[in-house]
This record gives sequence, C-alpha cells and structure tokens, in this order.
Amino acid sequence: MKKIISKLNKTFDHKVRLGIMSVLMVNEGVNFTTLKEMLEVTDGRLASHMKVLEGVDFVQVTKPFVGRKPHTTYAATDAGRKAFNAHLDALEKLIRSID
Amino acid sequence: MVMNSQREHLETLNEIRSIMERSTRFISLSGLSGVAAGICALIGAGMAFLYLDASPFQHSQHYYLTAPTVSKWGLNYLQFFFLDAILVLIAALGLGYFFTWRRVKRNRQKMWDQTSLRLTINLLIPLVAGGLFCLLLVYHGWLGLVAPSTLLFYGLALVNGSKYTLDDIRFLGLFEIALGLIAMFYIGYGLEFWAIGFGLLHIVYGIVMYYKYEKNAA
Repeated sequence: MKKIISKLNKTFDHKVRLGIMSVLMVNEGVNFTTLKEMLEVTDGRLASHMKVLEGVDFVQVTKPFVGRKPHTTYAATDAGRKAFNAHLDALEKLIRSID
Repeated sequence: MVMNSQREHLETLNEIRSIMERSTRFISLSGLSGVAAGICALIGAGMAFLYLDASPFQHSQHYYLTAPTVSKWGLNYLQFFFLDAILVLIAALGLGYFFTWRRVKRNRQKMWDQTSLRLTINLLIPLVAGGLFCLLLVYHGWLGLVAPSTLLFYGLALVNGSKYTLDDIRFLGLFEIALGLIAMFYIGYGLEFWAIGFGLLHIVYGIVMYYKYEKNAA
C-alpha cells in the first residue's frame, strides 16, 4: 500500500495541474485561453500552476509570433507524459487494492 | 478513511477522463439538428417526386432518364434539381446549426472552439472530395452513380468526424455507407435511397440521440 502511494507524483497533487496535464495529453499544442476556459480557472491560478509544471519540465512552452503578438502554446513533454501515465497507473492500483 | 481516499481517487480518475473527452470532442451536437435536417431532406425528395410526376419505388423508367423531358413550374430539370438541392442544403444546415447552437448556449460553451473546428474540418475532407467526385460523375454523364456516391462519401465523412464528437455518429456513418453500397445495386432508385439515408436515418438517429443525451438535461 505504502509502496503504491509513494508512486503518486507529488507534482500532480493538485486539481488544476491534473487538469492541465489531462488536456495536454490528448491535444497537441493548446493556448492559454483555451486551457483557461476548459478548466474554468482564473488567469493567475492557471499561470502559477503552469509555472510549476514548466519548472519540472513536464510542460513545454512555445511562443511563435503571429504578426507581432506572441501566440503562446503549451504541450506535454515526453517526461510529462511518462510521469502522468505513471501517476494514473498508481491511482488505478490504489483503487483496485482496496476492492 | 480508506474508503474516502478510494472514492477521491475514483473521482479524480473520472474527472481526468471527462476533461480529456471535453477537450477533444464536440459533444453539444444536438439530436434535433439531425431531425430537422432529415425533415428538410424528405421535403426536398417529395418535391422532386412531385416535379417528376413519379411515385417512390414505382417508376417504369429511371428518373434521371425521364428528368430531361420534364419542364414544370417554369423550370427545366437542371434548374429544378439545382434549386431543390440548394434549398434543402441551406435549410438543413441553417436549422441544424440553430439547434446545436441552442444546446451549446445551454451548456455555456462556445460554438466555435478547437473541438467544433476539428470536427468541421474532418467532416469536410471526405465531403468536399465526395462533392467534387459527384460533380465529375455528372460531367461524365454517369448520373445513376451520383446518389449512391453521395451516401457513401457522407457516411465516410461521418465515420471520420465521429472521432471528434459523440461516438453514435460513427454508427450513423456506417449505416450511410451500407446504404450507399446497397444503392449501387438499384441504380435508378437514387431518390428513394436519398430519402432513406438523408431523411429517415437522420430523423431516427436524431430522435435516439435526443432522448439519450438531451431529454433529461433540458
């Protein structure tokens, strides 16, 4: 039991971060506004959680310029995908182990 | 304590799944859009039978062979079929858009976001290819193949688009494909197959989807 719990990733110990990763797992390159609307969070909250995910290299930011405006898009990195899948596996095992 | 954390984890997993679904699929497609499009198609087919003075499943001659000799309501057959098709298309798309727009508004979502755009593009690829293909059939004079081909390409478009919306659309697409292939055996009954594929199937499917997804939510 303890062994499984230790496999839960602390980085994903938050709803907004889980939400961000869920969207990025199934979409390639999502912009800030879309993410904000999808997860129904404020700019500030999304930005601060995104910083954390960027910090551990789970999310990659690209800022191609569209005209003069930077068009920021976010994508999950390979490391992020791996970590998220491992986290999901651990969650699933936890649920099963109690059954 | 243990029970609670289990429930929590289960909720988390469910939420992750729901976010993944919502962010990739356009789920506000309304069943009523299908019903409206189906009714428009039936009216269009009815007008065609009236114009040709034919009744379904009873013609002694292929309708596209008799068509060129008909001139009614001040329209020759090309003008009539063009007008009929355009009116049905505009009415079906317009009403279809309206009912889905209403549902989108009710769900407090946006009509044009990444998901609906992706759905539209993936529907349009087989549809535009099929449309051009059918125009080329007309160009070569292979008129009997037009009706089966439209059903076939429409079905392929639905199967392709179903990845970006409700799964049920996939089965509607498979039915349209099957109908298109069957219609290939009955060249000359294109109008009837059109009425079944674009009219009846849309109405039946629309009603099923309405009761499945919207009735309780409304």
